[in-house]
Amino acid sequence: MVKLLVNGTLREVDVPGEMPLLWVLRDEIGLKGTKFGCGIAQCGACTVHVGGQPVRSCSTPVSSVGDKPVVTIEGLSALEPGSAIQEAWAKLDVAQCGYCQAGQMMSAAGLLAATPKPSDAEILAAMDGNLCRCATYPRIRAAIRLAAGLDSDGREG
Amino acid sequence: MQTRRQMLFTVGLSAAGALLVGCNLLNDGKPAAPVRRKAPPAGTPLGDFVAIGRDGSVRLFAKNPEIGQGSKTLLPMLIAEELDVAWDAVFVEFAAVDAKRFGPQFAGGSMMTPMNWEPMRQVGAAARALLVSAAAGRLKVEPSTLRTEAGHVIDASGKKIPYGELVAEAAKLPPPDVKSLTLKPKSAYRILGKPKAGVDTDAIVHGDPLFGIDTEVEGLRYAVYVKAPVYGAPLVSADLAAAKAMPGVEEVFALEGVAPPKDGQIGLAPGLAPGVAIVGRNWWQVNRAREALNAKWADGFGAQHDTGIYAARAAELLKGRGKPHERIGNVDAALGQAARTVVAVYDAPFIPHLTLEPQNCTARPTAKGLEIWAPTQFPQDGQAVVAQTLGLKPDQVTVHMRRCGGGFGRRIMNDYMVEAAAIARHVKGPVKLLWSREDDVAFDYFRPGNTHRLRAGIDADGKVIAYDVHGVSYSRGGKLVDGGELFLNAQPPFLVPNYRLEKSLIETIVPTGWVRAPISNTLSFVHECFWDELAAAAGKDPLAFRLEHMKARFDSPVSKPGPEGAPFDVRRMAAVLELVGKRSGWGAAKRPAGTGMGIATYFSHLGYFAEVAQVKVAADGAWRVEKVWVVGDCGSIILNPSGANAQVQGAVLDGISQLRQEIRFEKGRAVQTNFDAVPMLRHSAAPEVDVHFHLTDHPPTGLGEPALPPIIPAVVNAVYDATGARVRTLPLTAERIQAARTTRAA
Repeated sequence: MVKLLVNGTLREVDVPGEMPLLWVLRDEIGLKGTKFGCGIAQCGACTVHVGGQPVRSCSTPVSSVGDKPVVTIEGLSALEPGSAIQEAWAKLDVAQCGYCQAGQMMSAAGLLAATPKPSDAEILAAMDGNLCRCATYPRIRAAIRLAAGLDSDGREG
Repeated sequence: MQTRRQMLFTVGLSAAGALLVGCNLLNDGKPAAPVRRKAPPAGTPLGDFVAIGRDGSVRLFAKNPEIGQGSKTLLPMLIAEELDVAWDAVFVEFAAVDAKRFGPQFAGGSMMTPMNWEPMRQVGAAARALLVSAAAGRLKVEPSTLRTEAGHVIDASGKKIPYGELVAEAAKLPPPDVKSLTLKPKSAYRILGKPKAGVDTDAIVHGDPLFGIDTEVEGLRYAVYVKAPVYGAPLVSADLAAAKAMPGVEEVFALEGVAPPKDGQIGLAPGLAPGVAIVGRNWWQVNRAREALNAKWADGFGAQHDTGIYAARAAELLKGRGKPHERIGNVDAALGQAARTVVAVYDAPFIPHLTLEPQNCTARPTAKGLEIWAPTQFPQDGQAVVAQTLGLKPDQVTVHMRRCGGGFGRRIMNDYMVEAAAIARHVKGPVKLLWSREDDVAFDYFRPGNTHRLRAGIDADGKVIAYDVHGVSYSRGGKLVDGGELFLNAQPPFLVPNYRLEKSLIETIVPTGWVRAPISNTLSFVHECFWDELAAAAGKDPLAFRLEHMKARFDSPVSKPGPEGAPFDVRRMAAVLELVGKRSGWGAAKRPAGTGMGIATYFSHLGYFAEVAQVKVAADGAWRVEKVWVVGDCGSIILNPSGANAQVQGAVLDGISQLRQEIRFEKGRAVQTNFDAVPMLRHSAAPEVDVHFHLTDHPPTGLGEPALPPIIPAVVNAVYDATGARVRTLPLTAERIQAARTTRAA
């Protein structure tokens, strides 16, 4: 049995330790918000926080998590500055298909937790691992600036 | 704080499947944050698209698939406008898949707006008319003395009756004659023309299960379907027992393929490819078991299907003549009179769709037949093709739409739906089939490549008088492949008096299909880049050269309907071209060395688009787009400005992404199968996109696609402007830019 602290709740799952965290979350615990995109940590759709850091859960063996808390998109509201990110994403109508946005928001949450007022270059560096097939990139960046209180006009670029 | 938030969140999550969203409009023109709310009571139906609750809540049914193009928001906006309800009061659900009640239900061709702009408003107006009639009956007045606003009927004295109090009575009245309905003038709009956030926004930002891949049904198991990397190759051998012995695996079995229907298009999927299904309780475990399967396939027939072989074949074909396809005037005579002749060969590769949500489908056998939950662009076709392939009647198959994690044309094909249905029938229980990313790329319906030899004659005044095209595309089973058409929808044939198109075909086994702005997304590159070459040969500015040729047609500006069925109005294109020149400062600013600007126009999906790209090319050939300006004419009103801007930005950035993509084939199989080998545009390479809509007195048209085609040639032309290097083969690589520089220097 593997014990996991997910969004503040202790979970016990009977899975091999090598199973990636993504599939433990989706198929064992039933949290479907974290998405599968590539399986090789190239697209960022599966980004969650482990011990406060954004990680690609498709390439994170569940055995490596240990007692570090896991936070998924379903738990983002409880993070600082999770609600601000959700509100900014909604206000700027960021999503097109929406599939990548959980990963984008978790990466953004990691960025703003570490760097509350990021420069444009810091935003690009933190977000470059998250692909958006619809290319909502200009609005994602605007939403990060809005959530960080850097920019209130929704400048897209 | 954390505890309270988490508790609030848990409350929300428990009803996640039923959560819907209302939207507000902020005065600053940005959509307001949606308010998290539960679905209203079912309400009383007024027709198939509208239900109103006693509490005044309004439930609207969105009939078309949502692939990120905004249908689930825009279609209800059209209804809500004429129904005259507050957008805040509206809750949206997908409609059932049912052609009898909802007509055609699909996402494709940027057709949602032109096909639904009038009927959806009529749906709203009809429901409103019933409510007004009910009020008139109660008040014993003529309906014409009543007006409506924000979910109320208001009489001449100003007395308001909420729709919720009228709906039971209204539902008993006969539906009004469509001809009796008067639609609002644009000046009276309260919802259309205002930015509205997507109706699923709230669910998306909270990670609620929305997408096909998130579907859960009781007793669900997970499946992969292992197929030959050479499409359709039959299975020779596989170690089913070894795969079954893998942890978490419950069933392993081979399925024989089912050939596609021979004639016509009952369904766009090709039957069922032969393969081996692996079923179990956890997708990662069943996916891992494929290695143990050690499947061997009779795939030798793929040997001659190789990108290098195709290229050699195209070069050979271009030495000769093609099959006549289109002809205007006398090209040979005009070439004989030309002051200058320009010849070039352009080559576009196969590219993938790469929806970020890999193909997947959930299917459950029922007493009646099958129930299916699918992220699909074409649910009605999926129902038909599943029924046909599995020997069922269409009414035995129920399909539910799920939000699609991208479409781009891939989900027009329902092959994954057939696979899930076949596996679920075999195991007699609910199954979610999920493709790995490698499956998703290998078994794509690729955008086919093409090769063109172009020859143009220019007269002494710099006017193009002859335009001669020999295009090489692909056939499969002797028939032109899907997405491989070479016709030109408007330009240059409409602008040149003598035009000829000849066509040759290379036989392929690679499945092909439609990728966002299909056909146009290669032909824009070929012809708008060549047109740029002609401007240079004529010694003219690329914008001025285009405009001169357009203005020469102003005496007879509208073409006959072309292959897309739509006439082309050259005045509309000239207007957006002039505007994009002004907005981008075309020809004005001096640019730093290595920075260039390129321009292109294209008419597709009823939309007129002109785009300018500013591109920086480094000494080593590395390039990046710094800024893009777009001017589009898609009619008299931008129905949802938030969605419209997003579609244009997305289409432009998608085009920039396509410029670096290629799928190559060896022995009939795709070489690149994941994002490490197929580049997709990332944050750091996505420039600012300036979007401007030029409103004209025409019905509104769709925006999912028409902004894409011009950006590809605009970028390639900007590379020429920056470096003098003409790159005529995609993908646009640093190596090709360097090679073209060398050619020029020589």
